[in-house]
Amino acid sequence: MSAFSATADCVKRRLSKAAPVLVILVLLAVWELAVQIAGIPLYVLPAPSDMLAAFAAEFSVLLGHAWITVLEALGGMAISFAAGIVIGVMIDAMPTFKKCIYPILVVTQTVPVIVLAPIFIIYLGFGYAPKILTVVLMCFFPIVVSFSDGLGEMDAGYLNLVRTYGGSRFQVYRIVKIPSAMISLLSGLKVAATYSISGAVVGEWIASQSGLGYYLIRAKNGYMLDKVFACVLMIILLSLAMNGLVKLFGYAVMPSRRRRRKHG
Amino acid sequence: MGAEDIDMKLKVSNLNFSYADKTVIRNLSFEVKDGEFISILGPSGCGKSTLLNILAGILQPQEGEILIDGIRVSKMSRSFAYMPQNDLLLPWKTILDNVCLYGEIHHCREQMKESAREKMALFGLEGCEDKYPDELSGGMRQRAAFLRTTLCEADIYLLDEPFGALDVITRGDMQDWLRELCSTLKKTILLVTHDTDEAIYLSDRILVMGEPGEGIRGEIAVEQQNRTREWLYEQGELRAGIHHMIKRGK
Repeated sequence: MSAFSATADCVKRRLSKAAPVLVILVLLAVWELAVQIAGIPLYVLPAPSDMLAAFAAEFSVLLGHAWITVLEALGGMAISFAAGIVIGVMIDAMPTFKKCIYPILVVTQTVPVIVLAPIFIIYLGFGYAPKILTVVLMCFFPIVVSFSDGLGEMDAGYLNLVRTYGGSRFQVYRIVKIPSAMISLLSGLKVAATYSISGAVVGEWIASQSGLGYYLIRAKNGYMLDKVFACVLMIILLSLAMNGLVKLFGYAVMPSRRRRRKHG
Repeated sequence: MGAEDIDMKLKVSNLNFSYADKTVIRNLSFEVKDGEFISILGPSGCGKSTLLNILAGILQPQEGEILIDGIRVSKMSRSFAYMPQNDLLLPWKTILDNVCLYGEIHHCREQMKESAREKMALFGLEGCEDKYPDELSGGMRQRAAFLRTTLCEADIYLLDEPFGALDVITRGDMQDWLRELCSTLKKTILLVTHDTDEAIYLSDRILVMGEPGEGIRGEIAVEQQNRTREWLYEQGELRAGIHHMIKRGK
């Protein structure tokens, strides 16, 4: 009986893991059938098979453009991360600073990035800088908000404990506050990582000679929708990879989390 | 400084503390001898935990004096080691790193780790060095928190309801364990508790606090040396005396 229930549990676990993949496969099958049966032309809606064929044929070209986009995304993420940590600590440590900076941070999120991207080009030229700044604008907010919220949520008991042991303000942050805010920070980083590729692509739409945004605009202007969808697939894959990178970072900085996952 | 001040490990005189709109402690005075185990009982809100927070340096009294070995202390003193009700083990640190928190703060973690490893068995934590707090039972976590407190090398331990969050059986086991451990440690201990039996079983002296602002309402000495659970069950008179003292103001 116990062996039977263990097997049933195992099957249930595997099914729950496979369920999202199955749903995606079913949706793709419906899409494929709909395009084939209705005879929808390629320039209106390509079938998933057309998209995959274009992805395979254009892979090396896409990879070349993706490299540029990834560099811009990583640059933007690095700046957002560094600035997010510094500003996050300042927000937590100085309530007056929080009152001054928070409304500005919120306002930056109310302006569409697509509106700001051309302005960045006017000020920063046609190089990497405006694209990286676009990524920063999209990624900085989730990082700083999640990190400063994480710092503020720490139980006062832990802070008092470190203080009664003679810990300085710096030690309170190093030993207790920053490690405790890591889970919160990782949530913000995951959101930011997903946005980072899209941010770079938006920056490339306005003015660029390379990158997935540039490829996407060219393919769209030529009504090569199979290539547009192949490019979108590449953007999705890169966004997932960035998300995975954040997960790896999480396991590297939090050994307790890694161990918990290992032991189930 | 009088000769009687030197005899006392801890002397608290005329302590006053108020929150914005409420006086919690008024003219509170008491003395504790070296190596004495004192329990502090009293109704909720009477200022027991506030008193420990003042001694630990978390709160600053508006008036009054705290002397350790006859020397006045203000702010945080290394003579006190504070253990709050929650174990407050850092979930991302191993048990060994958690108990060596004081060493990490004072840049002597490696030496403290050696000392901690030696004491692990005494605290029933052998083999738990590399485990994380969520892998331990409630009782083991409290023992780890107590080991962290003892590694502070302070003279006076301030225990704020350390077993309050445990179930009855584990709490009983922990009281037996603490009683045995105290005879080895020979430290001065101030224990805040709501549990009359815990106070009788562990203490040399019980201080009963009155309503907020009233101070110490009375004290009872517990002179029995060889205490067992059976002895504790027979202490009806002592228990009644403490309850009478707590209820007197109502």
